[in-house]
Amino acid sequence: MQNILELKNIGYSYHSLHGETKALENISFEVCEGEFVAIVGPSGCGKSTLLSIIAGLLNPEEGTILFNNPDGSLNYPKIGYMLQRDHLFEWRSVYRNVTLGLELHHMLTPERLAAVDRLLVEYGLDSFRDKRPDELSGGMKQRAALIRTLALEPQLLLLDEPFSALDYQTRLMVSADICRLIRAAGKTMIIITHDLSEAISLADKIIILSGRPAVVKTEMPIKLTLKDDSPLAARNAPEFQLLFNRLWEDLTHENKT
Amino acid sequence: MKTKRKQELTKQEEFVRAHRRHHHQVSSWRIFLFLLFLGVWELSADLGWIDSFFFSSPSRVIRCFAAQIGTNHLLAHIGVTLFETIASFLLVIIISLLAATMLWHSKKLSEILEPYLVVLNSLPKSALAPLFIVWLGTGSTTIIVAGISVAVFGSIISFYTGFQQVDPEKITLIYTLGGKKRDAFFKVVLPGSLPILLSTAKVNIGLALVGVIIGEFLAARRGLGYLIIYGSQVFRLDMVITSIIILCVIALMFYKSIQVIEHKIKIKFKL
Repeated sequence: MQNILELKNIGYSYHSLHGETKALENISFEVCEGEFVAIVGPSGCGKSTLLSIIAGLLNPEEGTILFNNPDGSLNYPKIGYMLQRDHLFEWRSVYRNVTLGLELHHMLTPERLAAVDRLLVEYGLDSFRDKRPDELSGGMKQRAALIRTLALEPQLLLLDEPFSALDYQTRLMVSADICRLIRAAGKTMIIITHDLSEAISLADKIIILSGRPAVVKTEMPIKLTLKDDSPLAARNAPEFQLLFNRLWEDLTHENKT
Repeated sequence: MKTKRKQELTKQEEFVRAHRRHHHQVSSWRIFLFLLFLGVWELSADLGWIDSFFFSSPSRVIRCFAAQIGTNHLLAHIGVTLFETIASFLLVIIISLLAATMLWHSKKLSEILEPYLVVLNSLPKSALAPLFIVWLGTGSTTIIVAGISVAVFGSIISFYTGFQQVDPEKITLIYTLGGKKRDAFFKVVLPGSLPILLSTAKVNIGLALVGVIIGEFLAARRGLGYLIIYGSQVFRLDMVITSIIILCVIALMFYKSIQVIEHKIKIKFKL
């Protein structure tokens, strides 16, 4: 499969009057089209910084990012970024929230709106389009946030711990649900997570970052025998426990040194 | 039969009834206090406990009001004060919105101007009024400027604080969707700080009235502030007290209208 994204020796530091804090050092990895990549690492190691750099919100101080669009061009592809919380605006209806991206790009065209309508129906939010966001459940809010992201038809989706604000039960359901929807839409995804089981059950590849300054510690391809099934079922795959232990060892080993 | 019906009330109905009863009691007490005050005032004036020359009385106020409308163009005075207050209120809102927007846009500018704003806000604005008279004369302009000067600095600070309290992640969201800084302002910062803008507006209408009356004390030939000063100088305290009571009514009216507008805006923006 073709690379859609290639990071080469990315480095980034935060600067303050007290000195320089190196957040990322020499980060290199590739992401293939349609691949789900999970990034795990100790908290505060710079995972979110990395995502912001990929999204183009921050410029890397060192290294380069290469994008290979499916059409062969090297332009910045359209990237959808889901933040930790849904951040639906309470002064807008659900419908006006999910069309916010289109509104910002002056793309409220009939075709795009029809696509949004289809997503609303598909995600079971159609009857809630005129409701206020606080009338939705946690899972529905995440779905609405996903529609808002997908409305711009991004090729690459970045998810920064998008389920961490949900309670455990909802989280299991919603993460499985959202990832199924993203896979069905044929998108490429990079997800940051703290939850190792979530990473194993969702991703095709896990990238383990070390503590600050973050370097790529291991790249672990995930091949489960139950791959076709839902992420919930993936937790029952025979390899699951083994992968979990390896992942855990890699992470904790890092912390000791 | 009746007792049985009472038992049939659901908990919800009981709650609604208790809620209504509570509001009923609050408004009844308000009206009662008002009437009690008027009654005691009138009675003590009639019985000679207080000197109605200095303290007036409700009946004298009413007589004075009626007389003033005929002879002294009271309505014109009220109109002038109303006009000046509304004009300075609207100008305060426009000026402070523009200023707070600029401060939000440029962090450097806001840091540079911060001490100036703090000093100007704490300065007693009545100290400025004599200057305004010298610079601008004794017309409505001076009064409106005095009204603006009382409210505008605090209002700029409140608006700017409101803008800053908007969740920075919501602004990041705009950038992740490909928006620019002006989108962040119009889609997040402005609608997100609407409640603070409205509550500041409520305070401002009162402050504008204070400024206008101060201005009229010093520089006017028209308006309720002028009537109060004039009345006290010629010892017509009925006139002073009547004007003060009219001011109370005006203040109440302003507050209520802002409340109605606030309510309408909140419904419109689903807050």
